[in-house]
Amino acid sequence: MAKRAAPEVNAGSMADIAFLLLIFFLVTTTIETDAGINRKLPPMEDENVQPPTIKKKNIFEVLLNGKDQLLVEDEIMEIKDLRQAAIEFLDNGGDGSCSYCNGKKDSDSSDNPDKAIISLKNERETTYKTYIAVQNELVAAYNVLRDRRAKSQYGISFAEMQANYDDVNWPGNKTKLKEQIEQIKLDYPQKLSEVQ
Amino acid sequence: MAKFNKKKSGDMPAISTASLPDIVFMLLFFFMVATVMRQNTLMVENNLPFADQVEKLDKKDLVMYIYAGKPSENYSKQYGTAAKIQLNDKFADVSEIAAFIAAERASKREELVPFLTTALKVDSDANMGLVSDIKKELRKVNALKINYTTKKGSVVGE
Repeated sequence: MAKRAAPEVNAGSMADIAFLLLIFFLVTTTIETDAGINRKLPPMEDENVQPPTIKKKNIFEVLLNGKDQLLVEDEIMEIKDLRQAAIEFLDNGGDGSCSYCNGKKDSDSSDNPDKAIISLKNERETTYKTYIAVQNELVAAYNVLRDRRAKSQYGISFAEMQANYDDVNWPGNKTKLKEQIEQIKLDYPQKLSEVQ
Repeated sequence: MAKFNKKKSGDMPAISTASLPDIVFMLLFFFMVATVMRQNTLMVENNLPFADQVEKLDKKDLVMYIYAGKPSENYSKQYGTAAKIQLNDKFADVSEIAAFIAAERASKREELVPFLTTALKVDSDANMGLVSDIKKELRKVNALKINYTTKKGSVVGE
């Protein structure tokens, strides 16, 4: 029997098949948005425990009403001005115990960043969009102050320090970096309370 | 001059399309790898709000998703237009959140339970009343780590 070479398969339609699959995956792809603002909810409070008394000057009151209007320390404010106002409040350093604060040392504002508390109150009719915008600005205020502190202490921003900590290929000493990050978090602790 | 005239003769050769499948396959593999199949079919409108101070949510298997928003067009006739909560593939009541969290916790290994995060994917036009209710339920079952999922962008100029 004569040996015949196997006939070559026509691969001309391979591109068409690949295109078909490609288009299917193109259409079904959704780039997932999995980033957001992390928060920690307070645990359910014990009814027997008395809430600690806090001086009024150490509380930065932010009210959001049902019409998405913002009232900060009894004054109407736009969302874009909130960040600066929060920074000024947190960074005030009224009692002089905060050596790294650059604030005005106003005796009617917060004593030091450790005591300063931001209180956020919203109504049921407030839209979620505005609430997130306000949360975002308040977190931004803390981040600005932490960045500044990190720059003056270690020469790089707080965001970079955290990125380095998460980076597997970062060559430096991670235990030391962790300590530095924790220290900066202690210098400007995030004390954001939500009224229920 | 003869040297230059040489090429003028003859037609343009056809461009070879032999490498076309390779190129298409390359794109195909990229999309196959990058695709994340949705776990849940969305039954609510989910236009997330914008924020720029975001942190990434890693470890996808340790995230529980709670969706909330107006029922999308297909369902609005049946369920009305008030914002609702969606758990897994169906609409749920606020009181069902506790059971949902318990079921999610039971499906994970015990040592991973403290690291579970709840991602709230809430429509930007929903009102805070609903979100407060969800948060209250989460506090009751001690699921305290939450994440407001947002799109990355400026808050003020949308």
